[in-house]
Amino acid sequence: MSYLMNSGEILQTIQMINRQHLDVRTITMGISLLDCADAELDACCRKIYDKICRCAGNLVQTGCDIENEFGIPIVNKRISVTPISLVAAACAAESYAPLARTLDRAAKETGVNFIGGFSALAQKGFTESDLRLIRSIPEALSETELVCGSVNLASTRSGINMDAVRLMGRIIKQTSERGPMGCAKLVVFANAVEDNPFMAGAFHGVGEPETVINVGVSGPGVVAHALKECKGASFDVVAETIKRTAFKITRMGELVAQEASRRLQVPFGVVDLSLAPTPAVGDSVAEILEIMGLERCGGHGTTAALALLNDAVKKGGVMASSHVGGLSGAFIPVSEDAGMIASAREGTLCLDKLEAMTCVCSVGLDMIAVPGDTEADTISAIIADEAAIGMVNNKTTAVRIIPVKGKTVGDSVDFGGLLGSAPIMPLHTGSASEFIARGGRIPAPLHSLRN
Amino acid sequence: MKAIVSVFAQDSKGIIAYVTRLLAEKEINILDISQTILQEYFAMIMLVDLSDCGMSFVELSSFLEARGRERGLDVHIQRQDIFDAMHRV
Repeated sequence: MSYLMNSGEILQTIQMINRQHLDVRTITMGISLLDCADAELDACCRKIYDKICRCAGNLVQTGCDIENEFGIPIVNKRISVTPISLVAAACAAESYAPLARTLDRAAKETGVNFIGGFSALAQKGFTESDLRLIRSIPEALSETELVCGSVNLASTRSGINMDAVRLMGRIIKQTSERGPMGCAKLVVFANAVEDNPFMAGAFHGVGEPETVINVGVSGPGVVAHALKECKGASFDVVAETIKRTAFKITRMGELVAQEASRRLQVPFGVVDLSLAPTPAVGDSVAEILEIMGLERCGGHGTTAALALLNDAVKKGGVMASSHVGGLSGAFIPVSEDAGMIASAREGTLCLDKLEAMTCVCSVGLDMIAVPGDTEADTISAIIADEAAIGMVNNKTTAVRIIPVKGKTVGDSVDFGGLLGSAPIMPLHTGSASEFIARGGRIPAPLHSLRN
Repeated sequence: MKAIVSVFAQDSKGIIAYVTRLLAEKEINILDISQTILQEYFAMIMLVDLSDCGMSFVELSSFLEARGRERGLDVHIQRQDIFDAMHRV
């Protein structure tokens, strides 16, 4: 095929990568561990370790090769596995922490920087195994470096498992007693997706193939740069500009995904076209909202701006990839976004506004630090609110909240690296204890009956 | 395989001569070339054919980067597919 060189386009791509933080955020290999089940815990651990190392042995090297040849940074190479509560259900073990340590060892051996799937799907109720897994979370996530966990506790089809909501408030609190990192690797979901490549919520769903490659693209900086060019223009122009930019970003993700799939001989799953911010200056979702004309992210108008952004990103990306999936949209992790951190620090961005924003963003309350003395029931109530938004609006919502031991409003906490730093945010003081104590299930909404 | 070589530097005499000599040394054929000055900054883009180049892509990439750096040039090589993917429907 002949190729006409267009130096303007080439310069644009190079600038996106060098100046605007364009990157592939993650290549995540999903691996089914269903065939690793064993009544003996030790045997189960051995099978899991061997399978992960066998399947993902070349993942990191392949990622680096693609990075070198195409000149696109691929920031993370990761693994997601079948929810461990399913894999371990046949084991007699009381604690699943040894399984988390096995995942950690396998992650280190393969060189990935996170492994997700210390997870349970309990939206309608618990199996014995779900409960064993959830009770192991504080130890499992605090004593491993690279293992991420998640619990799905609500869905539009099943309603909200309020027993799980109550339990997870306590588990988050217990995990936080052992340091903040455990909570930073733990997320609770409503309507969790089975092919999400992003952490902490990635797991390999039971409907997925044996192994699969999912790719998460990013690029808030590129969108911000493009929007700076259309100052004062109408929202029609803003939406169109975001769509065009998202198309280009996604095409790059698709190319990397197809190339990784071919080289690893692992089927391609989806491109997740999420705008995922990092703490680096110029790589912020909050900045995009501010460029749209808001003085500060978190002020009035923020929800509308985010709704437009989230929708335009999807519309632009959908045509650029053969399979779009995962969470796809815009993330709003407070500690990982320089603009969000600044707004939260000065008090413009509060938890109530973030909750409203989660109605229109692609996930939920993410990387939010709260006082260490927050009651477990208060955390449960925050989870219940978020799950209700997800359930009723037929979307994924999530809570990744970090009570920071010994700290209170006005302090801040530093997680390091991509996880960034966050000011401790104030919460409402009224107790929800009686509400949370009820237990049972909040029934699924009427529109769950779609057949 | 086709690739794009990009060169960025403070403008000075002999940049094109220097870079094209490096490419010729490695049996790399130049198919297209474009050069511009952006705010006193020299920017050159070349489409090249690597069919006769004996080096691996990674070796070539580090060779060009290192030799470029010796003369204060920012030289990168990327497979052409990426630009095609991003800008062509």
